Amino acid sequence: MKEGGKKSMASTDVAVGGGPAGVAENALGKDNYLTHGRGLRSWLLTLDHKRIGVMYLVSILSSFLLGGIFALLIRTKLLSPGTSALMTADQYNQSFTLHGAIMIFLFIIPGIPAALGNFVLPLMLGAKDVAFPRLNLASYYMWVTGALLALVSITTGAVDTGWTFYTPYSTTTNTNVIAMVAGVFVLGFSSIFTGLNFVVTIHKLRPRGMSWFRMPLFLWGIYGTAIIQIMATPVLGITLLLLIAERALGVGIFDPALGGDPVLFQHFFWFYSHPAVYIMILPAMGVISELVSVFSRKHIFGYKFIALSSIAIAVISFLVWGHHMFVAGQSNLASMIFSALTFMVAIPSAVKVFNWIATMYKGSIWLATPMLYVLSFLFLFGIGGLTGLFLGALAVDVHLHDTYFVVAHFHYVMFGGTVIAFLGGLHYWWPKMFGRMYSELWGRVGALLVFVGFNTTFFTQFVMGSKGAPRRSYHYVAEFQPYHQLSTIGSYVLAVGFVIIAINFLHSLFRGRPAPANPWGGATLEWQTSSPPPHDNFAVSPAAGDPYDVEDWRYDREIGGFVRKPRVGSAAAS
Amino acid sequence: MGRLLSWATIGTEGGFWLPSQGSEGAAEVDRIFGFVFWVSAFFFLLIVALMVLFVIRYRRRPGREDAEPSPRHNTPLEITWTTIPILIVIAIFIWGFKVYLDINTPPANAYEVLVTGQKWKWLFTYPNGHVDENLHVPVATPIRLVMTSEDVIHGFYIPAFRLKRDVVPGRYVKLWFQATKPGEYQIYCTQYCGTGHSDMWAKAVVHEPGGFERWLEDASNFLAKMSPAEAGERLYGTRGCAQCHSVDGKGGTGPTFKAMFGHQVPLDGGKATVADENYIRESILEPQAKIVAGFQPVMPTFQGRLKDQEITAIIEYLKTLK
Repeated sequence: MKEGGKKSMASTDVAVGGGPAGVAENALGKDNYLTHGRGLRSWLLTLDHKRIGVMYLVSILSSFLLGGIFALLIRTKLLSPGTSALMTADQYNQSFTLHGAIMIFLFIIPGIPAALGNFVLPLMLGAKDVAFPRLNLASYYMWVTGALLALVSITTGAVDTGWTFYTPYSTTTNTNVIAMVAGVFVLGFSSIFTGLNFVVTIHKLRPRGMSWFRMPLFLWGIYGTAIIQIMATPVLGITLLLLIAERALGVGIFDPALGGDPVLFQHFFWFYSHPAVYIMILPAMGVISELVSVFSRKHIFGYKFIALSSIAIAVISFLVWGHHMFVAGQSNLASMIFSALTFMVAIPSAVKVFNWIATMYKGSIWLATPMLYVLSFLFLFGIGGLTGLFLGALAVDVHLHDTYFVVAHFHYVMFGGTVIAFLGGLHYWWPKMFGRMYSELWGRVGALLVFVGFNTTFFTQFVMGSKGAPRRSYHYVAEFQPYHQLSTIGSYVLAVGFVIIAINFLHSLFRGRPAPANPWGGATLEWQTSSPPPHDNFAVSPAAGDPYDVEDWRYDREIGGFVRKPRVGSAAAS
Repeated sequence: MGRLLSWATIGTEGGFWLPSQGSEGAAEVDRIFGFVFWVSAFFFLLIVALMVLFVIRYRRRPGREDAEPSPRHNTPLEITWTTIPILIVIAIFIWGFKVYLDINTPPANAYEVLVTGQKWKWLFTYPNGHVDENLHVPVATPIRLVMTSEDVIHGFYIPAFRLKRDVVPGRYVKLWFQATKPGEYQIYCTQYCGTGHSDMWAKAVVHEPGGFERWLEDASNFLAKMSPAEAGERLYGTRGCAQCHSVDGKGGTGPTFKAMFGHQVPLDGGKATVADENYIRESILEPQAKIVAGFQPVMPTFQGRLKDQEITAIIEYLKTLK
């Protein structure tokens, strides 16, 4: 804590010197992790978690762009109900498969943990790096290998199975299923490596004074995620190997024509893939927990309940996979048990939402871009979570299963939840990552367009779905055309929003105002080093305090950032 | 308020959200839908209202840069907002399960129709052996569907009946319903199954009392009512020819029927033959006798499965495929 005080003192001195470099603790133009070692080689072989995080960020954003292009193609086709000149039915089937597979396996699963997590986690711990830097780099190259295999599949008869690879369709179609499945298998290892690394890092590298319950909630989210990654991903790996064995060698496991059971595949697949949606959402909830406290300028409310609810979600998430099979032919007893457990997994999420709202109570709510994403998250995740109640109720699920209602629900949780939190987190940590501030105005415009575009795209799909429109349909009955058209217009607005966000970020890299060490007044340790951080993260290992003592950080007009000025009697608040 | 309710869900003619109700089970399902809808709407509006209120009231502005002192945790509050949702979801769970059991348990006296899913159409087989591409049923009668697939997994879905079940190859699954109103209702495939997945449409036709029996008798006698070529086209669609033989020149497991009749056909082993009436009759009854060059001898015999009159109708149909 002393160091923090000293640092800001020192930087105030520098600021007097004037000029852009004079902004407190901005390390641009000095030795930082971006300039420490030059040339492509110094990046490709780096063991620095920050550089690996940045490489992941570039890679997953490229995947997001590719998956997004497929989404726009799909939406454009769906402007009309009949056969389209834009694409054939087969190309449509390939497009939605690739949209799903790319977004799930290449973007959203590694998204927050591997890109933001890699960059932030060791900094939040005040550590120099993750526990196993080489494993970290290996996991990145596993990701690259998996992505290349997926590209092989795209260019040599792109898969048309849906991202779920249901048998026996996937073992009988003549597209290149094996390359895509092998890619997903390798990506699974990337995910396991990252999870393992983070678990060990959190266990072993916490600094003095950071007990489990003084850990930032983002780390609880990452920790819960890592447990699922390690325990569930191997099941997916084995399932995909069995699928390859059946396709390549004719071993009968899932295909009834060979004596197998196709529903077995669904059990195996969802045993991973349901917990996997919590791999996607838990880190997002972690991000929101950080942001809501910092931008309410107030201590988080109900820390222990938020922390433990992450673990509760991680545990219960293993026991709900059967809700994907309410109409697939599992027994009534199994459906009953899975329905009950599915409702139970809703509770910890609800508890988190209530605590976030309570955190805003009597705060000093600062509507900077990251906070707009928090508000957007609460709105959209609220809808995503509550529509899960419809799907958990057995009799109602029978009607809604495999319709656009499920598509909308899934996107409200994964996009409205995870992607929105990812964008919030990216806007929050961007100044730390690259030492530059983006335009606040354009940041807000981007957030607003994404919010409006997203709701226009997907809320219409709830209506279509409850009216009975089946998903994954190239042709549809004319009755649904107005909904589809509105949805497509929404997707274009969404695309414009993303272009604005991208330009704003890219512009900031060249023209952005140099960022101070702590532009938002966060109390977690990553804000106690320069922006961008030096190669070794911290000149002196910081000691951890309460990660939500944001009220002790006050805005200093002179340096354009926050400095630590403990309020008199602030301890009394706890 | 009544208008708002119908906007949300309720009402047999369908509202903003749901399609109109065509079966007894549909009303049950819609009642749960309505309950969950209002619970969700309440909690959603609560969250958004608090959020908006807090943002307006506690917005950071000059002179209000610090948060006001407030508690960091409150265990009774946490227990309250954990317990209330648990009680609500338990209620939804029990109701949903109860109705699920009802719609999954057919009464013993139900009229049975066999449903076969195949790429990419539904076939409905009636107790008298008649096969149809649409589902015809009498109104106000419990109907039991026994369903299986010939290839990959399909999903049988009638939105107006709130009825859906995956149709899995290698096993039989059962569904039942009782239609409440005569009319035509849309049937979809909801489990993705390839190129023609979104074309796998059919109609559920609910007949007035007595109308179903008349329809079944007429439909079963289609050979007498239709021209031979029309009857042949129907047989082509319902008896499994279409799965391997196209009529538009596309490749398949077997040779296409387009422009086949009356033309020279190259045979395995270098010979050739003219595709006339006798050749086609032979190929249906003894498929292995003459194999077209480039194809595998995989076609099963239709001996005993097609009557002479039906074979003649198919031949007449092939003659029309120029």
